[in-house]
Amino acid sequence: MAEVLGAKDLHLSYGPINAVRGVSFHLDEGETIAVIGANGAGKTTIMRGLSALIKPKSGEISFLGEPLGRRKTSDLARAGMLHIPEGRGTIGGLTVLENLRVAYDIRPNDTAFAAALEPVFNHFPRLSERSSQRAGSLSGGEQQMLALARALINPPRVLLVDEPSLGLSPVMVKEAYQALAGFQSSGMSVMLVEQNVRMALRLADRAYVLQQGEIVLEGPSDDLLSKPEVLDAYLGSHG
Amino acid sequence: MIANLLNGDNVVFTGVNIILAWGVYLSLMTGTLTFAMAAFMAIGAYVAGVLTVNFGWPLAPAALAGMAACFFGGLMVGFPALRVRGLLLMLVTTGVTFSVQVGIENIEYVGGVQGIRGLSGTTPAIVAGSVFVIGGLLWILSHSPLQRIFDAAREDESVAASLGINIVFVRVAGFAVGAALAGYAGVLWGHYVFFIAPQNFGILESVFFALFVVLGGVNNMWGPVFGAVIITLVPEIAREFGSGFAEYRQLFFFGVLVVLLLFRSQGVLSFRTISLKAPIKGLRPVTSVSEERADD
Repeated sequence: MAEVLGAKDLHLSYGPINAVRGVSFHLDEGETIAVIGANGAGKTTIMRGLSALIKPKSGEISFLGEPLGRRKTSDLARAGMLHIPEGRGTIGGLTVLENLRVAYDIRPNDTAFAAALEPVFNHFPRLSERSSQRAGSLSGGEQQMLALARALINPPRVLLVDEPSLGLSPVMVKEAYQALAGFQSSGMSVMLVEQNVRMALRLADRAYVLQQGEIVLEGPSDDLLSKPEVLDAYLGSHG
Repeated sequence: MIANLLNGDNVVFTGVNIILAWGVYLSLMTGTLTFAMAAFMAIGAYVAGVLTVNFGWPLAPAALAGMAACFFGGLMVGFPALRVRGLLLMLVTTGVTFSVQVGIENIEYVGGVQGIRGLSGTTPAIVAGSVFVIGGLLWILSHSPLQRIFDAAREDESVAASLGINIVFVRVAGFAVGAALAGYAGVLWGHYVFFIAPQNFGILESVFFALFVVLGGVNNMWGPVFGAVIITLVPEIAREFGSGFAEYRQLFFFGVLVVLLLFRSQGVLSFRTISLKAPIKGLRPVTSVSEERADD
């Protein structure tokens, strides 16, 4: 299968702090991978590097077969990369409908906006009730639904999701993961980073374990799930 | 009293201030609180003034040239300057106002500190018409996709970038168009007052123009209008109460401003125009909504 996103010996830093040190991984077309690790392991930093929000110190990132080079975040978004950041990627001052419209307008789309809304509102009925409310006035769970709905209204080639379960109630976590499973079965390539190891491993095909900016373990999710003692050693107690 | 207010001077000065307020608003809407507006007002007034006085151009093409100069000036300042944010950006834009003022003072060709004389041609009708046209364009903007792109870019740069919005482009464009509006206001003002000099375009003026928007409200195009009208006309109204009151009018005026900003810091008119109306007909959730409420 073709690789849609990959990193080779990637180093990312915030000033003098080397948050990610020599990480390599790949995401193939239609595949779901998870990067799991404790707080501060560098997961969010990797995501920010992949979507060009921070520039790599060294190493290489390729997206759809081309090196990232000096491409901007907005260019990558239009080329089919959707990064849903930690803590809801919505614009609080815009209404739910406006948020969806902005997401819909990223790339030319054969489907009309009204038609594109239909699967979104079927998936997330709560959003249709709240369509004229400011996104900032939604509950945390509803905002996460809205952020995920961005992937539904104009499906990206590659979806990067940062901690979809962060700060959500168990019911909402389940709903978020159901949505991700839906994207997965539609053929979207998904990369997620998570602290919620069990949820992430159940969804992902493969996983990378990140510890202090380095990948210490990788393999098919089932293998990792069958060795909880190994995970415990790297991650400490986990859900 | 109201009848006294409706004279040519007030129409022109209020209209010019409304255009300036809209310039600040456009820049602010794309994320830049600017104190450079007096500088662009000066550039517009001087470029057009030289063309009408020294070269005999008619007002309209001279005004276009003034606006163009400000637009490109805005681009030139904007690309490097808009890398910084917040307080630093306020300082940078303040610096622009100082630099342009001092720069003009040292250009002999435009009279240095003496300024230029003989600018004319602006009528109250031209100003009123300009306000309506610019207002109409802004109204169209605020009901277009651009509005939500601007709002997104201002509110959260990372999320907006992930939505495919080119932040640098949006911010520089908003700043440059705002600068062009300020330049146009400068053209109108200069060609009404006959005589322009560098001291007309100082930092205090820049602060006042920003104040129009802060007082009126930053979330919609009517807030800046409200702020500009009130700040322009309140001193005139106060004048009506006689000279005894006039001495205290600045004190009174800024006192009211302080109280207002304390209790309504978002400005007087702070509603937001929604660029997309719900609901779209015929769309209903097919599945029933589960009753459980997740409070998180």
